[in-house]
Amino acid sequence: MTAPVFDRIKKDLAENDVVLYMKGTPVFPQCGFSAAVVQILSILQVPFKGVDILPDAELRQGIKDFTNWPTIPQLYVKGEFVGGCDIVREMYESNELQAMLKEKGITFRDQSAA
Amino acid sequence: MAMDASEIERMIRAGIPGADVRIEDLRGDGDHYAAIVTAGAFVGKSRVMQHRMVQDALQGKLGTDLHALQIHTRTPDNTDKGTIQ
Repeated sequence: MTAPVFDRIKKDLAENDVVLYMKGTPVFPQCGFSAAVVQILSILQVPFKGVDILPDAELRQGIKDFTNWPTIPQLYVKGEFVGGCDIVREMYESNELQAMLKEKGITFRDQSAA
Repeated sequence: MAMDASEIERMIRAGIPGADVRIEDLRGDGDHYAAIVTAGAFVGKSRVMQHRMVQDALQGKLGTDLHALQIHTRTPDNTDKGTIQ
């Protein structure tokens, strides 16, 4: 099945190295889980596109079907699904997230090198 | 819409045989939980795959009946990382 909403998602992922599907906006997150991922990306100074799924019912369901993942937020790097809030948080704390960003050539503030 | 902690635990155990499951009611309100799941079945699997196994065990409850469930997956040789803040 290729719903039109999948084409929109693929376009976003093709045009942006780091995409966060979230509830609310990066400036005004509407959910603690989304806010937590925004905070981590902000600490690392990773440029990302935040996509608010709340005003768009089609996207809200579509993004869950796209990756077969039932919850929001969802973080994608270079088109690849990284995880939700718990996974991103654990990866950040264990430096796996930083290693993955480096490997994929994403610029961020590397605190370990400071 | 909320779920009982024992029901969450039962469903995860049923879906991942042999798993050690610990449920914490984060706010004491019966609606915000953390599940710490330790299972040999997680060995060699990515975090995303481990979480999918827990999601599958919950049979669609996550994102519907269960809004706020933190999931922490561990392998048996790695249980010392199982603390949550």
